[in-house]
Amino acid sequence: MTRAGKWVADHLVLGAGLMVLLYLLTPIFVVVLMSFNDPASRIGYSFDGFTLDNWRQPCLPNGLCESVVLSVEIAMMATFFATILGTLMAFALVRHRFRGRSGVNVMTFLPMASPEIVMGSSLLALFVSSGLAGALGFWTILVAHILFCLSFVVVTVKARLAGLDPRLEQAAMDLYANETQTFRKVTFPLVFPGILAAALLSFSLSFDDFIITNLNAGQEVTFPMYVWGAAQRGIPPQINVVGTAMFFLALALVVAGEVRARRASRV
Amino acid sequence: MSLPDAPADDLVLEGLTKKFGTFVAVDDLDLTVPQGAFFALLGPSGCGKTTTLRMVAGLEDATSGTIRLGSDDITHRKPYRRPVNTVFQSYALFPHLTIFENVAFGLRRQGRKDVKGAVDDMLELVELGEYAGRKPAQLSGGQQQRVALARALINRPQVLLLDEPLGALDLKLRRQMQIELKRIQVEVGITFVHVTHDQEEAMTMADTVAVMNAGVIEQMGSPIELYEHPNTTFVANFLGQSNLICGTVVATSGARVHVEVEGAKVQAPPGVSGTESGEVWVGVRPEKLNLSEAGSEPDGGSNVLRDGRVTDVSFIGVSTQYIARMPWGQELMVFEQNTGARSPYRVGDAVDLHWSPDHTFLLDPAQDVTAGVEREDAL
Amino acid sequence: MSAASLLSTTPVASASKRGASRTAYILLLLPLLWLFVFFVIPLVSLVSTSLYDPAGSLETGYAMTGHVQNYVSVLADYRSHILRSFAYAAAATIACIVLGYPLAYAIAFKAGRWKNLMLVAVIAPFFTSFLIRTLSWQMLLGDQAWFADALRFVHILGPDGHLLATPFAVVTGLTYNFLPFMVLPLYTSLEKVDPRLMEAGSDLYASPITTFAKVTLPLSMPGLVAGTLLTFIPAAGDYINAELLGNPRTQMIGNVIQNLFEGGSYPEAAALSVTLMAVIVVMVLVYIRRAGTEELL
Repeated sequence: MTRAGKWVADHLVLGAGLMVLLYLLTPIFVVVLMSFNDPASRIGYSFDGFTLDNWRQPCLPNGLCESVVLSVEIAMMATFFATILGTLMAFALVRHRFRGRSGVNVMTFLPMASPEIVMGSSLLALFVSSGLAGALGFWTILVAHILFCLSFVVVTVKARLAGLDPRLEQAAMDLYANETQTFRKVTFPLVFPGILAAALLSFSLSFDDFIITNLNAGQEVTFPMYVWGAAQRGIPPQINVVGTAMFFLALALVVAGEVRARRASRV
Repeated sequence: MSLPDAPADDLVLEGLTKKFGTFVAVDDLDLTVPQGAFFALLGPSGCGKTTTLRMVAGLEDATSGTIRLGSDDITHRKPYRRPVNTVFQSYALFPHLTIFENVAFGLRRQGRKDVKGAVDDMLELVELGEYAGRKPAQLSGGQQQRVALARALINRPQVLLLDEPLGALDLKLRRQMQIELKRIQVEVGITFVHVTHDQEEAMTMADTVAVMNAGVIEQMGSPIELYEHPNTTFVANFLGQSNLICGTVVATSGARVHVEVEGAKVQAPPGVSGTESGEVWVGVRPEKLNLSEAGSEPDGGSNVLRDGRVTDVSFIGVSTQYIARMPWGQELMVFEQNTGARSPYRVGDAVDLHWSPDHTFLLDPAQDVTAGVEREDAL
Repeated sequence: MSAASLLSTTPVASASKRGASRTAYILLLLPLLWLFVFFVIPLVSLVSTSLYDPAGSLETGYAMTGHVQNYVSVLADYRSHILRSFAYAAAATIACIVLGYPLAYAIAFKAGRWKNLMLVAVIAPFFTSFLIRTLSWQMLLGDQAWFADALRFVHILGPDGHLLATPFAVVTGLTYNFLPFMVLPLYTSLEKVDPRLMEAGSDLYASPITTFAKVTLPLSMPGLVAGTLLTFIPAAGDYINAELLGNPRTQMIGNVIQNLFEGGSYPEAAALSVTLMAVIVVMVLVYIRRAGTEELL
């Protein structure tokens, strides 16, 4: 290939990649834009005029902020329990050889491989057949969220743990650290980034879940359920305020983490 | 119980065995490392040397046998209860801790006082004082190696174990670190047990070398002893290179064994058991062989093999390496110093090979003639 | 024994075999119990619900009659939904490969110092709600939007043509929603490919296209297989895109299951769910087996 041809080929791929990124990011621009929308009517979804009112009064639409609070509560609790259970499981799977290990591996993989609608409807079938149809609500949502977060925690922590050089722990023991000290001073600090990543992933999965939640929520309304309801009735622009705020909060977290990691590796 | 006749802190392995399933990694090993020695365990990968080291460190459980430090039986003690420290292969520095905290790790776990002073001194010793605040990833390979050494040494262990400590360094740095390690060992007087597959490294650094193969020690001794008087074909081939020629013992008179080799008569000092009569391997190192024009008269008493033909000449500066094909088809290696006394031979020249009987060794004919020959993939 | 020592027993091979596996069972006790009670038992109860007599209701209760007829009737009533679901999911998966591969390739080999920024951009959609993002496609594909105007202008779209509320809109939404799940595993696979292998390919007289087909593509196969599964499975069960971007004739199996549950027809809904799961399990098994023998593509 000629030099010019190679330049074109190189930049063609990069250009195509950037176009695809644009496709991925366009809806986010729309969300940000629509958070400043001054809608002319409740029906239809178009940008009619610029206003800051939505940001001044994010809780104006009935039930919106309550649904955000409920989603945050559930996400925090689901993250807490799923992270603990998943971390225990990851340690067992990476660190121990035991009978039935491959079976347990399949068990953790299966929930990720089943469609949400199947997982949601089977949980509903369980709750209904055990006479809990009337009790659907906060606790059933929490149970469901812990369940689907669990597999992702196991996978994330497992990857981190498998990449951990066993010689580091051996070195700690060689240097007079007993089992507990080795865990506290070496194992845990080194696995912690994986656990943190798993927790963040759990939080966002839980906060964002709709299909499973919708089947098991009873009378409770989480934020995604609120959005769903609004989509049928007319979408208040404050929904986009919440979406935009979430986006920049998450972005700030990721950027801060990246900057910290870079600084630590440079000094 | 104390053993009065043994110096206090020798490292003694008795009947040490390690099995992984049906595979025997270390087979009934007996070994004594005297206190203060620089001891090398040398062998190809998979020979059991690292497993032996890990059992001494407490990182691997012995299947049977005992490990004693002086009179203390430490066979089943936890690794953190042994006065033994390890310099790990590729170092295993804690990536989340600074250099200072890496070196301080052992002292802090033991609850020692004045950690700061001790660490500063140790970092001075390995010339890394200014790097105390950095993370391991920000150091070069050679610097990381010195941190690993400092981290282990600062605990003043009775025995320091080194698992291929220089394996990850390039050749030049490795030579430099070999001298450095030797200097530090003399300075601190701690017993060093050094595991390596690099025969040159073992011979340069250690007072005593044990050559290990397939879970057992083939031979142990000073580097000179091992090199000049190998007891097995494995040692003869693994430590340097050897010409091994098939011969038959015809007579023994006093300090000389007479052997017939392809029609020629050669003499050798008595060899290991199994070489008193019948067939033997006659061994001679390539640099002990001399070349002369075919038919010339050698010095009296020399062993001579006649009518070789030079088939390859490699000039490598200080010496020239020849390959000579003998009348019975075998190719022998000859290394000659470039003293300038005469011009080098060329391919096709007819030559005689001669050497002193003292430089001949006899080996057990039952052993594999290619055992321990270094192959490309064994590096 | 402290919690910490439970988690740290193996680096030193001193614990006995039995002790080590007992520790594993202690660690696994709670998580496995959770998975069993809330994943395995629900699947069993889903299957049994699918065999209830559909004449019952939530209030009166259902009779367990082993009513296999449920399957026959849902397959007859909703065959077109089932087929449509898999067709849309397949179309979205192919679109994800076509769009995702160049992006993953560009990030892995062409991005240089922009690599991390591009990776953050790939996961950026996750930073905000899935539903809100899908809603914004309503606007982007709407009749008044410039995109539809542009297509009408170049006569790809007729003067009365719509983008929103069409199969195209549903597949666009599905593709958009699951694209990161294709890009990330592909990138992970491609990143492990040593660029020197590609140089070796061209050094050995392979054209860039042959090098790609014979070297790069086979080496990225694990990522492609993982990405395909992560895209296809959730897409086949999704109903949000069909609901928000489609019309009544683009409804997928998820919509039907959801509607049946809402309408209280539990046995039929369960039968459809079991059918969906069974079809997916079979397809995944066949796919993994074929991909394993390099006959894929």
